[in-house]
Amino acid sequence: MSLINAPSPHTSRHTDTGAVMRQVVYATLPGLAVLVWQFGLGSLLNVLWAVLVALTCEALFLRARGKPVAFYLKDWSAVVTAVLLGLALPSTAPWWLTLIGVGFAIVVAKQLYGGLGMNPFNPAMIGYVLLLISFPVAMTQWVAPGDAPAPADSLALFLGQTPADAFTGATPLDTFRTWAGDAEALAGRDILAGRLAGPGWEAVNLAFLLGGLYLLARRIITWQIPVAFLAGLALPALIAHQVDAARFAGPLFHLFSGGAMLGAFFIATDPVSAATSRLGRFIYALLIGLLIWVIRTFGGYPDAVAFAVLLLNLAAPFIDYYTQPRAYGHRKANKGANP
Amino acid sequence: MAETDYRKITLDGLWNNNPATVQILGLCPLLAVTGTVVNALGLGLATLVVLMGSNGAVSLIRAYVTDAVRLPAFVMIIAALVTVIEMLMRAFTFELYEILGIFIPLIVTNCTVLGRADAFASKNPVLPSLLDGFMMGAGFLVILVILGGMRELIGQGTLFDNMQLLLGPVASDWRLEVFSDYPGFLFAVLPPGAFIGLGLIIAGKNVIDRRLKAARKAKQADQPTTSRRVRTTGKVS
Repeated sequence: MSLINAPSPHTSRHTDTGAVMRQVVYATLPGLAVLVWQFGLGSLLNVLWAVLVALTCEALFLRARGKPVAFYLKDWSAVVTAVLLGLALPSTAPWWLTLIGVGFAIVVAKQLYGGLGMNPFNPAMIGYVLLLISFPVAMTQWVAPGDAPAPADSLALFLGQTPADAFTGATPLDTFRTWAGDAEALAGRDILAGRLAGPGWEAVNLAFLLGGLYLLARRIITWQIPVAFLAGLALPALIAHQVDAARFAGPLFHLFSGGAMLGAFFIATDPVSAATSRLGRFIYALLIGLLIWVIRTFGGYPDAVAFAVLLLNLAAPFIDYYTQPRAYGHRKANKGANP
Repeated sequence: MAETDYRKITLDGLWNNNPATVQILGLCPLLAVTGTVVNALGLGLATLVVLMGSNGAVSLIRAYVTDAVRLPAFVMIIAALVTVIEMLMRAFTFELYEILGIFIPLIVTNCTVLGRADAFASKNPVLPSLLDGFMMGAGFLVILVILGGMRELIGQGTLFDNMQLLLGPVASDWRLEVFSDYPGFLFAVLPPGAFIGLGLIIAGKNVIDRRLKAARKAKQADQPTTSRRVRTTGKVS
């Protein structure tokens, strides 16, 4: 899946994997800052702890597999996996939740498949889905935006204690799922609060959009995946919203809530588990976006980035098979031959 | 047939040709009912009895059944035995019967049972066939119980929960609370936990096999080699 099958000319840029991965980590910083601002210090603790766990697991398993530990740790891929998973977890997550998720992501989803470049699935999303189906309560508790717990409370939550005050509230996606179809109830709850997608969440998504645009500008990622991802999510939302506005949320709400921007720019663009050709990437991401809309609207879970990405990871080799670009001059020669 | 090697039959069933870890047969019950030790043990014992019975019966009639009709005949025998087991379980371990549900009748379709009937019992005398059935069943049972134990321990934090369903009131206080105040790890109880658990067991077996092979090789290398020349041509007169 890591074969180069883009059409020529092939020019290479002399940057190593570590440099690319570091850029991805830098690009998540605005998103992390907004998460901390809106939901408390817990997100930062999650990310730092996740990085520590990921590096430890990676080092232990590289050693067990007889690979050079320092060489592979320097590619920063474990850090990226850990940061992405840490950002996706609720800020109230206790330490053991992160430990299990990151440990599983690195050990089972990455190292057991053969390390970086060999994993068919996005490791961070495997960890996320494992946690989501094992601990649904802990994984869907989000702090009400703007009501961020104090640093001491964040620390207590991280250590697994429950502080006196309860902070959690339903996310806009949750609320919409619960009350979809009931125009009065929705109006009463005022989930949008006159904004794009409710306070807090739209700021987080805008921050990830900013980070994503930085990655595009640095040419770490190409435009096909984010654009197709967001189009796949927004188009069905737009059509359905025109048909029945009370039952189906509008495109802007979908684009700026939950993990949409994080998914579009940081998770679906993982070069290892995504499709590789340009057309393939477009189709791959379009289907991810569509699937997210379908699961958000008709499925049992409020958000669906992880499920959609994993399902399309599974389909990526198949998409690649049918979207192989022709080498120059081969179109005529292959006419009549086996397709 | 040459002299039957009972030791080989035993080792094949339990280790070298284990139905679960080497032949990878009977995955459907293996993955579906191993949520707890008691479920695994119940289904494992039922499969073991069916395997022994079908191997014995098939071996007895092996001279009279033609090749063309052998598979239908074997399946009839297996189905009859499974029906008997199902009725026995309904009579004596009703709650466990309710829990295992469809997976008891589905023993008929367990490839291990038909596979051993066709591959072994239809070509061997009764006694080796019975032993083969027992050992294959035991090998399957052991893997089921290990996987059930792993999943129960990780999924619920207990071991031997509800054993009284199978073994009667004697076992009612066998429940071991390994971790107190355990939040539960749903993933291990769900099907993916079974797949990953079985994968780890197979990997563990392969590691042990490789170690054994390496040890055997080292032992052979230690022995003084006398002459390594081997005659490759015909007899020299």
